[in-house]
Amino acid sequence: MTVLQKKTDNPIAHLAPEDIEEIGRRLDAIRQEIVDSRGAEDAAYIRRVIDVQRKLELGSRAVLLASIFPPAWFVGTAGLAVAKILENMEIGHNVMHGQWDWMRDPKIHSTTWEWDNVSPSDQWKHSHNELHHTYTNVIGRDNDLGYGIMRVDEDQRWHPLYLAQPVWNLLNACFFEYGIAAYDLELGRNLPSKKRRSSPEFKARGRQVLRKIRGQVTKDYLVHPALSGPSFLHTLAATATANLVRNLWTHSVIMCGHFPEGVETFERRSIEGETRGEWYLRQMLGSANISGGKALHIMTGNLSYQIEHHLFPDLPSNRYQEIAPKVREIFDDYGLRYTSGSLPKQVASAWGKIIRLSLPNGFADDATRKVRRALGRPGTQPVRPDALSATGRVAERAA
Amino acid sequence: MTSIADHRTPSPHVRGALRSRLWRVAEALATPRDPGHYLDMVNPLRGGADLRGRVVDVRPEAGDAVTVVLRPGAGWRGHVPGQYVRVGLDVDGVRRWRSYSLTSTPSAEGGHISITAKRVPDGIVSAHLAQQLRPGDLVHLDQACGDFVLPEHAPGKVLFITGGSGVTPVMGMLRSGKDRLRDVVLVHSERSAADVIFGAELRALAAGGRLRLVEQHTDESGRLDVGRLSELVPDLAERETWACGPSGLLDAVEEHWSTAGLADRLHTERFRTELAEPGEGGTVRFTGTDTVVEADGGTSVLDAGEAAGVLMPSGCRMGICFSCVLPMREGAVRDLRTGEVTTAAPGDGVLVQTCISAAAGSCQIDH
Ligand SMILES: Cc1cc2nc3c(=O)[nH]c(=O)nc-3n(C[C@H](O)[C@H](O)[C@H](O)COP(=O)(O)OP(=O)(O)OC[C@H]3O[C@@H](n4cnc5c(N)ncnc54)[C@H](O)[C@@H]3O)c2cc1C
Ligand code: FES
Repeated sequence: MTVLQKKTDNPIAHLAPEDIEEIGRRLDAIRQEIVDSRGAEDAAYIRRVIDVQRKLELGSRAVLLASIFPPAWFVGTAGLAVAKILENMEIGHNVMHGQWDWMRDPKIHSTTWEWDNVSPSDQWKHSHNELHHTYTNVIGRDNDLGYGIMRVDEDQRWHPLYLAQPVWNLLNACFFEYGIAAYDLELGRNLPSKKRRSSPEFKARGRQVLRKIRGQVTKDYLVHPALSGPSFLHTLAATATANLVRNLWTHSVIMCGHFPEGVETFERRSIEGETRGEWYLRQMLGSANISGGKALHIMTGNLSYQIEHHLFPDLPSNRYQEIAPKVREIFDDYGLRYTSGSLPKQVASAWGKIIRLSLPNGFADDATRKVRRALGRPGTQPVRPDALSATGRVAERAA
Repeated sequence: MTSIADHRTPSPHVRGALRSRLWRVAEALATPRDPGHYLDMVNPLRGGADLRGRVVDVRPEAGDAVTVVLRPGAGWRGHVPGQYVRVGLDVDGVRRWRSYSLTSTPSAEGGHISITAKRVPDGIVSAHLAQQLRPGDLVHLDQACGDFVLPEHAPGKVLFITGGSGVTPVMGMLRSGKDRLRDVVLVHSERSAADVIFGAELRALAAGGRLRLVEQHTDESGRLDVGRLSELVPDLAERETWACGPSGLLDAVEEHWSTAGLADRLHTERFRTELAEPGEGGTVRFTGTDTVVEADGGTSVLDAGEAAGVLMPSGCRMGICFSCVLPMREGAVRDLRTGEVTTAAPGDGVLVQTCISAAAGSCQIDH
């Protein structure tokens, strides 16, 4: 028996195929409204963010030249971390999604942007835009879901190796940019096979990644510290810290997008022959938002509006906020759960899930129940994310 | 330079080497971006930057036209009178490129250049130039180009035939050729006397004996009859002729000159193309980005690609410069001017001018 068959609360059981297509039509209309109203203000917004980011980065790096003095170290490191986060999230990620291609500015275009990250843009675009956004939360197809090394659903068979997954996850968070480069290269699939790893195409991509890593490392760990003279080691520590902060932050934001409790995962078979409406529905149920203020939205690259982003990955990020209430209305009208929570709550929820799934099914629940009973508190039944078939068909286990 | 000075200032060679080493450090520090991106923030008009121009003045002209004076970036290589420049403006956030003839002389004060644009109904860029552009704004520029120019040794007798905004390249030639042009006739066609762009300046030149000006005001006298042009300009056959204006006028002039066996003495410039009846349209696939666009038979592959956010190479946008040429791997396109269909078998790389080709059924463009 699979988890799905045990499932009692299929979240879309109440939707008829016509409902799903109507949802699709309403979402298409929201999209069109934004496409028709993109204009000078939006263009000014992204140019302003880019301008601020560049000044912040330059300023922070200048301050770090004197990083031997602790205040300079703290200010410079914080500034550089924020600059790197802005570059990766609100600018790089979104530009590479083609959100700004409509401006026809070759300098702010998905085909030309190279981001401040060891993963080369075109490899990232393939694994992120083509795979993750197409196969969102489909186990075995979406590398973002556990990056191929983690157990992300009760439905995946447990193995003692998974006991270490909280540690993997922490390591992945610390070295996230390298993790991204590794799964853009599909190292897990390509390295074990001699044929795959010696193919000229894989080798070329490998060289491309190495070149990018060399550039990034030279900048952050050699040239910038060297220019700092007596502050060499301090600047080295500063750039390393800024990269670490950026890695932890981006990893947390990405985890909040698809891991928190309440987010659904899907079976390979369930997406065969998906209609536009069904695709939309999968994005709706497979993503979670982060609530917060303006600064949070910008620092997450508006991935705090992960649901809206997954529905419309190529709309300008500054407009997600405006469409969120309309999207939410559709969730409400069709009795669907719009998953959203504060950053600490969602991060905790995602980590909770990773820890729970590192143990065999039910183990954590049993343990919690026992603890609660011992403490004399009534237990709350955890919501079980289940593999669901968006088409209403009974999904079968793929593997 | 004395030998003492040689000791003090590094030789150009050493300076060059030092500069290139500094540049390499800057590159290492700016990666993955180019250091130029940061320099542009301070000085967008610096040498080596993508060419831009800063608006110095925007002033209205007669006939719903506006003259824009620009200070081009350091990379500007100058122009020959009669040439045009491609200007890129962000209108409602979208970069639009259009061509405009240079109306300034190559030696204008402060190295400024100017263009003069006539407002066309529903025109995106011409309206923007007239209403939105302000001194201080930056516009994108390309180097001057075009061969509708006055040769270095100006011919003794010259005839200009212009209509509407077609007077702009000729104005550039007149302003710069004051000393070289001895015997000039300008036949200009416009709705009314008040609508003549540069009317006052042209009439002043005529009054000063610099040129013979023949104005045809179509509101009163109807269209210029090219067949009877020799009544207005009896020595027409002896004159090297430059014509620029609406298609109808240019078609008639070309036919007349070719019948008279004078085709090699005629130079023409068109601002827009005459279009054939559009065909069916179809699906365009850009293989590089795997972008698929549905385009109707009247939309060029260039416009369709740009509308879908594909960065397309382009130039004149009217089929003369070939900057927009891309290989078609498969499918068919129709020439918007002639209606002629070009097909490519799978794997072929037929080169098509995307600005004047529309999809005819499906087609795949390598880009
Ligand atoms: C080599 C060259 C030199 C040029 N030099 C000049 C110049 O010096 N001064 C100048 O004003 N223009 C000049 N033009 C024309 C100019 O490039 C634009 O085409 C024109 O300004 C209209 O652009 P738009 O964005 O306003 O109109 P668009 O938004 O492109 O077009 C709007 C509508 O107007 C029609 N249209 C386009 N062009 C014209 C036109 N010329 N007359 C009437 N209707 C038109 C279109 O078919 C469309 O229906 C030149 C063009 C070329 C190719
Ligand atoms: S853009 Fe000049 S020929 Fe097409």
